[in-house]
Amino acid sequence: MKAFNQHTGIAAPMDRANVDTDMIIPKQFLKSIKRTGFGKNLFDELRYLDEGQPDQECTGRPLNEKFVLNQPRYKGASILLARENFGCGSSREHAPWALDDYGFRSVIAPSFAEIFYNNCFKNGILPIVLKEQEVDQLFREVAANEGYELTVDLEKQCVVTPSGTEMAFEIDAFRKHCLLNGLDDIGLTLEHADDIRAYESRRRQEAPWLFDAIK
Amino acid sequence: MAGQTLYDKLFASHLVRSNEDGSALIYIDRQLLHEVTSPQAFEGLRIAGRKPWRIDANLATPDHNVPTTNRSGGVSEIADPVSKIQVITLDENCDDFGILEFKMNDVRQGIVHVVGPEQGATLPGTTVVCGDSHTATHGAFGALAHGIGTSEVEHVLATQCLITKKMKNMLVRVDGQLGAGVTAKDIVLHVIGKIGTAGGTGYAIEFGGEAIRSLSMDGRMTICNMAIEAGARVGLVAVDQTTIDYVEGRPFAPKGEQWDAAVAAWRDLVSDADAAFDTVVEINAADIEPQVTWGTSPEMVVGVNAQVPNPANETDPVKIEGMKRALEYMGLQAGQAISDIHLDRVFIGSCTNSRIEDLRAAAEVVKGKKVAATIKQALVVPGSGLVKAQAEKEGLDKIFIEAGLEWREPGCSMCLAMNPDKLGAGEHCASTSNRNFEGRQGFGGRTHLVSPAMAAAAAVAGHFVDVRTLGNH
Ligand code: SF4
Repeated sequence: MKAFNQHTGIAAPMDRANVDTDMIIPKQFLKSIKRTGFGKNLFDELRYLDEGQPDQECTGRPLNEKFVLNQPRYKGASILLARENFGCGSSREHAPWALDDYGFRSVIAPSFAEIFYNNCFKNGILPIVLKEQEVDQLFREVAANEGYELTVDLEKQCVVTPSGTEMAFEIDAFRKHCLLNGLDDIGLTLEHADDIRAYESRRRQEAPWLFDAIK
Repeated sequence: MAGQTLYDKLFASHLVRSNEDGSALIYIDRQLLHEVTSPQAFEGLRIAGRKPWRIDANLATPDHNVPTTNRSGGVSEIADPVSKIQVITLDENCDDFGILEFKMNDVRQGIVHVVGPEQGATLPGTTVVCGDSHTATHGAFGALAHGIGTSEVEHVLATQCLITKKMKNMLVRVDGQLGAGVTAKDIVLHVIGKIGTAGGTGYAIEFGGEAIRSLSMDGRMTICNMAIEAGARVGLVAVDQTTIDYVEGRPFAPKGEQWDAAVAAWRDLVSDADAAFDTVVEINAADIEPQVTWGTSPEMVVGVNAQVPNPANETDPVKIEGMKRALEYMGLQAGQAISDIHLDRVFIGSCTNSRIEDLRAAAEVVKGKKVAATIKQALVVPGSGLVKAQAEKEGLDKIFIEAGLEWREPGCSMCLAMNPDKLGAGEHCASTSNRNFEGRQGFGGRTHLVSPAMAAAAAVAGHFVDVRTLGNH
């Protein structure tokens, strides 16, 4: 997994609640068997005026000029500002893959859907929960200032605005540790292989019907 | 000390180790695999040179991409080349790693969440995961079941465990009895309307109360299936005789002496009388009407006899904006009667409502009637090959076909339109699936979520009607 420590970049505001993973990456792109290449189809239905197809070249497609990521001032954005319940719906990890491939390193929202939140960490993207008033403030500031950049500091657990305001956020100690160090959690879990085997032999006594049934 | 909830018990019995930082390693008894969220996980295993920890804990079947029209030609006949590669990739991965897969033309193939319970792979007291958010379905069996991402699919394949954190406990108690013509689907849509699509975030929701106890397993699965639409990764129903009767005799269920031991253990899979829930939601079953969603989020739902709500009656600006956007996308007016929404297509299927009882309920409504001339297409897609076979044995296929509905092969179909079954832009669909998101059933498509009986009634009328007025009940 990619490590994440500190990042400064342009913030782009996605001003709607309940943005679901179908919206982040529509289903036709889920047919890919790869993890990469989803960035050009991030928010496909909002971003383009036509219906996108997998494996299609996107450079000539008609753009929805109104969509936030198509506005020149948000070009190169790497921090997404979002509203409540971001990432709800399907568990598709293609959603963080698409955000990552597009260039987003962090998403800031008042709340996230759990599976999406979890999936972000596996892909080196930092999802940050701030208070609703703080998110409101960021939305106001980003609208008022072209080229508005935020700094996201995982070590210090805060978001820093251009005027120097620091907004603190909470994060699980385990997730923070893994993300800071870019650790592969399969490797970490396999360090406990003895515990897993011990559990299995105990469980086999208690509930033998759970083993060797599916074949 | 307060007693334990069902969720507490399931969590405790699967705990491999807990870490000081609050994370926990839990053991996974069953992993279901399908073609969309597994290829990158298998690829990850190969790159790292890892093997699956336990082959016999996995069961696979392709469902999202498979065509629902005649597929006697097998995988090679999947018209969309990208879909075809995905299905072939699942076949190859399962063959390579020795995982049992019900391939496309196996009669046991179907939607993973229909297949797992039907085969007895899903058992009370198990942990079940799948790279699919509707894994919550399996909680109907008193199993701890939830959706995971592809990295976690790989993690479970490699370690048989998941790194997780304990959730909070919510009880949704539905007291009293449902009115005639009101179904499990209406209960769950009503609950989502009440607590919102993020209302269950961070919780495992246990559904209890008399109305839930009186439901069949098919109905309980419908309810747990949509826990995720209320924000909860986990939905649960306590084990009772209904659960045990359903499981008995299924292919992967325990037999003989093991069966007796298992049943004895399963009897304890209920929340203790003095268990403490962090949140309790109380609902009176008699208040629930047949539900119809009008917007682009499952919480945008009302009773069939209501009107499309007016954003002007709300105060929260984010909510008002969301409602306005939904009305525009759906092409509806605030104040319009739900029964005035005219439909173009009808879809009866998905992991929410494609089991035998769902098909029986729909067939009962359309029997001897005809689909309205204004409906372009009405699809019935059974959840598995075995559901299909059972329905045909009961003659349900004939009832549907005579009424003008199409009888298809099993799969996800128009629930998310990854295969050729989809809505055209602007078309309204009465759908028994679980998500009415923008574009979910096809680019620009407009989805209204309803129960199978309500979808069938809408197919006949051409618009929404209260199924209770049709005299079938
Ligand atoms: S039927 Fe729909 S919701 Fe269920 S698994 Fe298939 S695509 Fe997902």
